[in-house]
Amino acid sequence: MTINRREFIKANAVVAAATVAGVSVPVSATNLITNSEETQLKWDKAPCRFCGTGCSVNVGVLDGKIVATHGDIKSPVNKGLNCIKGYFLSKIMYGKDRLTTPLLRMKDGKYAKDGDFTPVTWEQAFDVMEEKAKTTLKEKGPTAVGMFGSGQWTVQEGYAAVKLMKAGFRSNNIDPNARHCMASAVGGFMRTFGIDEPMGCYDDMEAADAMVLWGSNMAEMHPILWTRVTDRRLSAPHVKVAVLSTYKHRSFDLADNGMIFTPQTDLAILNYIANYIIQTDRVNKDFISKHTNFRLGETDIGYGLRPEHPLEQKAKNNGKTKGSSTPISFEEYATFVSSYTLEYTSELSGVPESNLKALAELYADPDIKVTSFWTMGFNQHTRGVWANNLVYNIHLLTGKISTPGNSPFSLTGQPSACGTAREVGTFSHRLPADMVVKNPKHRARAEEIWKLPEGTIPAKPGYHAVLQNRKLKDGELNFYWVQCNNNMQAAANITEEVFPGYRNPENFIVVSDPYPTVTAQAADLILPTAMWVEKEGVYGNAERRTQSWYQMVDAPKGAMSDMWQMVEFSKRFKVEDVWPEELIVKKPEHRGKSLFDVLYRNGNVDEFSLDEVPDDRLNQESRDFGFYIQKGLFEEYASFGRGHAHDLAPYDRYHQERGLRWPVVDGKETLRRFKEGSDPYCKPGSDFDFYGKPDGKAVIFALPYEPAAESPDEEYDLWLSTGRVLEHWHSGSMTQRVPELYKAMPDALVYMHPDDAKARNMRRGDLVKLVSRRGEVQTRVETRGRNKPPIGLVFMAWFDASRLVNKVTLDATDPLSKQTDYKKCAVKIVKV
Amino acid sequence: MKHLMIKLIIAILFFSTTAIAVENEIATLRDKTKIDQQQEPNTIPKVINKDIKKSRNYPMQPPIIPHTARNYEVNLNNNKCLSCHNRNRTEESQAPMVSVTHFMNRDGNFLAEISPRRYFCNQCHVTQRDTKPLVENTFIDMHSLIKHKNSEE
Repeated sequence: MTINRREFIKANAVVAAATVAGVSVPVSATNLITNSEETQLKWDKAPCRFCGTGCSVNVGVLDGKIVATHGDIKSPVNKGLNCIKGYFLSKIMYGKDRLTTPLLRMKDGKYAKDGDFTPVTWEQAFDVMEEKAKTTLKEKGPTAVGMFGSGQWTVQEGYAAVKLMKAGFRSNNIDPNARHCMASAVGGFMRTFGIDEPMGCYDDMEAADAMVLWGSNMAEMHPILWTRVTDRRLSAPHVKVAVLSTYKHRSFDLADNGMIFTPQTDLAILNYIANYIIQTDRVNKDFISKHTNFRLGETDIGYGLRPEHPLEQKAKNNGKTKGSSTPISFEEYATFVSSYTLEYTSELSGVPESNLKALAELYADPDIKVTSFWTMGFNQHTRGVWANNLVYNIHLLTGKISTPGNSPFSLTGQPSACGTAREVGTFSHRLPADMVVKNPKHRARAEEIWKLPEGTIPAKPGYHAVLQNRKLKDGELNFYWVQCNNNMQAAANITEEVFPGYRNPENFIVVSDPYPTVTAQAADLILPTAMWVEKEGVYGNAERRTQSWYQMVDAPKGAMSDMWQMVEFSKRFKVEDVWPEELIVKKPEHRGKSLFDVLYRNGNVDEFSLDEVPDDRLNQESRDFGFYIQKGLFEEYASFGRGHAHDLAPYDRYHQERGLRWPVVDGKETLRRFKEGSDPYCKPGSDFDFYGKPDGKAVIFALPYEPAAESPDEEYDLWLSTGRVLEHWHSGSMTQRVPELYKAMPDALVYMHPDDAKARNMRRGDLVKLVSRRGEVQTRVETRGRNKPPIGLVFMAWFDASRLVNKVTLDATDPLSKQTDYKKCAVKIVKV
Repeated sequence: MKHLMIKLIIAILFFSTTAIAVENEIATLRDKTKIDQQQEPNTIPKVINKDIKKSRNYPMQPPIIPHTARNYEVNLNNNKCLSCHNRNRTEESQAPMVSVTHFMNRDGNFLAEISPRRYFCNQCHVTQRDTKPLVENTFIDMHSLIKHKNSEE
């Protein structure tokens, strides 16, 4: 409808006249409702549903519907701002295709792998799941049961899942999608510091003199942190910003020193900087002698592919020793990095010498406080743990760490990758508070807190994300539950290594999701799921900030939260169904009980009564189970970390705060760890104390540049890098359903250099096919716009469910972190 | 007639309780396509360039950009958007002035100029392409909710 200003006024004249004449008109005819009883919205705080920044948002509710959201002015993270996605949070739950009933593949009235999706009740859905899980456990044992979860699970959901899998089903085959996102960062922290997660915090941005982005497009992927970087850069003109990437993107708009490097050569650049610091005699000798050790790491460690792959056959040290290292002296380390000269590094990386030198100077100059940021460029890297180790090297050599503005800062991708995936330990090798299943003391501690018999938790790490897909394909993992992620779109090499496993007739695949995603389509049973503020939960962001929220609206009838699904399902198993007799005799009081009783009604999780749930709060799960389950799960979980440098505040306090950064000791949060005076865990007189390591010293690693798993050749002549976009969250299952976000960025295009297009006789908008050794995807060519790749490299985002770029990517992983490298594989592009 | 109605109701009840299969290609965003197949990608839709303002879904929503912004430089040296939308340019351009919130710093104090934290307009403001969303969204405007409630009373 088009209407000009005059017509518009005329149409409104009736109302105006009536109002002037004192005639009351029905509310529906007035243009302004002033009665405050009607216009009052119920506002409440929640962390944003999207990235790892952890913005707080205010959510406005009216009549059981979310009607508005905006940035929380009280949050220290975002101070009232949101990015475009955050501003549209109000609409993510209202896609018309929300699932409201379980769907089971059926034929002739019963489950069939090749059947058609058919609506069933929750009772029927759980019946089939129970039967499949019990059969699998009986025939193949716990290693044939697995779960794929998420850094978007709430802390409580992740914790409930770990208990259900590792203790209940006695399977360590649980991994989060954070494996695709943060595993290399975790590996880097554990190897260098012996304790996970950043030492610094966001406040470092306002204190830094220089900020360096390594493989991080913050402008699109952490927009609100980018507003803080921008604020600092523009309001303090002495501040410098350096940006490194394999293609030019939006973050280069703020760069004083923008650098495009050849994929994988970031390893060489990092070593060059270390060499430069040493050559120019700017090593902080006092710091390194007191607080660091030097070690030489194992090399030639392979690419995390299947063992029969030629690259694995060729690799010398891809066995058990791949993560090992030997002590060396500073002098030996200096000799090791001395081959990374300015000339060699510039030649290898393609970055001009002057740019490299200017970058190195930011780190070397003792008067410049420097903060480094990185995300998927480092983490999704076949040498991702190394890249993390190497950036810590340059901060440690100069002692630029744990003080305001001096901060090597690993940014998190997901809203609770830190909180749920890392701190709770939903990885196949982990337990809460940085503990691991391999360590008998750690298992014993978990079993003690959980009041379970000794020996319940298996010692062998389970299947990680990529291995889960391979084992599904090989028919060794047969009962598989996917929650809160979209891995049929997100995992690499869909064609060869993901899709075949889901449709393998030996396997039963359950997918819990609010929407019918690509992964749901590949499932055998789909469970409709509640999301975000349709449940109560806790998220932990990238700066160790733990934030909680209340349930604010009801989920659509029929949709249940991930946590409810797991806890309700646990009622269907008696300990005798899942544990051997020799385990039960150790705690005979568990005999005859259900997993629900043993795991969730153990005196801890059910400790807090419904009386503690405020009357005006919904909390569907607690009212259903009869106790305040979110609080009980949180408090039992928190007991792992209290007194162990992972202290969390009492649960109720998080409802009052805009989050607190752990460790929370004596009621106070910790801004910077490992620095005496700022971190209560530092030994008095230590100055710096890297207490994650037994001797309190961090490790500087000598690690070389090694080539990528797959590089362009004559036939597959282009690098392919994949990634995300500002307007969509990950696979787009929420944001593609918001019309404004969809119309802002509807389709994933392939960004290429105009000369590369010309050489292939292509123009902007042409229909093309990206082809790799594994698969192909069609899309349209984009030669202008926000991403400007160099000649020889193309970029395509993975948010588009109709153009699955992961059919093309390679499932090579970092052998140490098991994280996939989504940034490097070889493709060719042909016209369709 | 009455009998017919009852029969009809029974029939409806029967069909709604007996399982009715839905289509297997359920991923709405893939438009009924099997996972190992792909539909031909549509052409790149054009940016809507009509300069017609769109209603906001709620007052705090950043307005969308109703015109093309191709080649608009926003970088260290230049901000093309502000050449029309800045306070001292709007008389000439007749473009809407950036919101007063944009003059506030992190602590909520007003600055003489737009706050650097709001410098990159494209973090919140986006153009729209001329294409139809794949899924309808049932979000209800708060105004409609209130009016609906009043009309029911």
